[in-house]
Amino acid sequence: MDPGKGSLMSVDRATVHRIARLARIAITEDEAARLETEISGILDWVAQLDEIDTKGVEPMTRVVAMTMKQRKDEVTDGGYADDILKNAPAVDDHYFVVPKIVE
Amino acid sequence: MTELTDLSIAEAREGLKRKDFSATELARAHLAAIEVANSALNAYVLPTPERALAMAKASDARIMTGEAGPLEGIPLGIKDLFATKGVRTTACSHILHGFTPPYESTVTANLWAAGAVMLGKLNNDEFAMGSSNETSFYGPVVNPWRRKGSSAQLVPGGSSGGSSAAVAARLCMGATATDTGGSIRQPAAVTGTVGIKPTYGRCSRWGIVAFASSLDQAGPIARTVRDTALLLGAMASHDPKDTTSVDAPVPDYAAAVDKGVKGLTVGIPAEYRVAGMAPEIEALWQQGVAWLKAAGAKIKEVNLPHTKYALPAYYIVAPAEASSNLARYDGVRYGLREKGHDVTSMYENTRREGFGQEVKRRILIGTYVLSAGYYDAYYGQALKVRTLTIDAFRRAYREADLLLGATTPSVAFEFGSKTADPMAMYLSDVFTIPSNLSGEPAISVPFGTGEAGLPIGVQLLGPGRSEAQLFAGARVLEIADGRP
Repeated sequence: MDPGKGSLMSVDRATVHRIARLARIAITEDEAARLETEISGILDWVAQLDEIDTKGVEPMTRVVAMTMKQRKDEVTDGGYADDILKNAPAVDDHYFVVPKIVE
Repeated sequence: MTELTDLSIAEAREGLKRKDFSATELARAHLAAIEVANSALNAYVLPTPERALAMAKASDARIMTGEAGPLEGIPLGIKDLFATKGVRTTACSHILHGFTPPYESTVTANLWAAGAVMLGKLNNDEFAMGSSNETSFYGPVVNPWRRKGSSAQLVPGGSSGGSSAAVAARLCMGATATDTGGSIRQPAAVTGTVGIKPTYGRCSRWGIVAFASSLDQAGPIARTVRDTALLLGAMASHDPKDTTSVDAPVPDYAAAVDKGVKGLTVGIPAEYRVAGMAPEIEALWQQGVAWLKAAGAKIKEVNLPHTKYALPAYYIVAPAEASSNLARYDGVRYGLREKGHDVTSMYENTRREGFGQEVKRRILIGTYVLSAGYYDAYYGQALKVRTLTIDAFRRAYREADLLLGATTPSVAFEFGSKTADPMAMYLSDVFTIPSNLSGEPAISVPFGTGEAGLPIGVQLLGPGRSEAQLFAGARVLEIADGRP
């Protein structure tokens, strides 16, 4: 959206594949074609934010001013591994099972 | 006697106290209504009749022994975004296939502690992403309203479309809902129900499936302003488990309902008069202004510059936060898992199968605007616009106690009419999104009907923690609309 960046307004096919990879979502070529149009359309539309002069404006960090609460650093929860594993698609003893990562 | 399902929560509380009927009879009447109508409306994705009857029985016992809570025996529907212990919770997404939480959300725990009875889990747009309830994995919800002389089915709004339809169709007395960009107020407006998005942090987010954490806020939908106040009083709390929870006592909202608007200044934001707004909605908005004036409020034109930029800012901030929140769905710890030749392809296949089109679109936009080289241009700029939106509201509230506007630019629309064009759908939330960006409360209250006899809602907005005043203002409009 920086006016100096030219073609930033829309995404190309390769970019769609790159962000889908980053987001860990498998997409087909057909889906990539559709998403290229849709995402470009949305990004072109949000680019109107460039019209606003935001020089010197602080980015919002929270809607209500408050100091982050702190509590004593002590264990207040836990001890129910069975509950945590109950919804897992694959478990072994008290472990989540995933496809082999290291050969 | 009136049908039990037609009673308001306030009336049912009286009836239960007088022992005109039991909590079990009240639960049975609603379960019977669900049995009859749910297959046509698809409001509930999971009715829980056994649990409802067990809870009602316990309520009857407490009523007998004089230990009744403020919502004792009141049957409610729960949006599927709220984790309910031992009851399937999926946010209406395939990726949470079969997920049964071993814990209870703070908001629902508060309701059960107040004596409320759960009738079941209500439909919503997948992960609350939608304005018509058409993105749910469990299929769309049908609005009980029809245009005069037409049998065409209409959407119930979204994302809390199950909540709004169930309340409107008398399939529960009230419902929980969540509002990230209008998901309580917009469905309330198009179903003739009342919905309030409270101040950010007033209801705990703990145990609610996260969409965009800096915008998400839970609140109730019910048929009257008083009922909505009663529900919010029970749902709200300070919760140490949510670091953004408001650390202040919960006011007696129900006691504020009849306080009126005498002496208050109601601001009319000029920027809420937009092109493309249905003339019937504009006309009712002006009528609302007249009524508030007649009830003793001072009326003042105010300005909310940047209103037109709220929507595009939202469609950067919300997808950015969603892409981050939804990274947790990886097929490892819960929900769906699809096979893959290695762990990465397992993630990619699981997320391909588990997420619907709208959710994928938002995750990808969010991933893009947060990616290296684009962060400042998109996300950084959107956060600055958010600061400007908050400043604009702050200036308006120096001149006015409350603001009045329309809730939606149009009445309930037909299925499929906006699904092909994401932008047309996003525009449904043009009037509701600013209060999510600012974290301030807003209530939608039914106010008349349009040409085709469809309900129209108007919206009162107020500064942080002004819910009591919003209820009082909404009550004035409710009386003006012929519901004493």
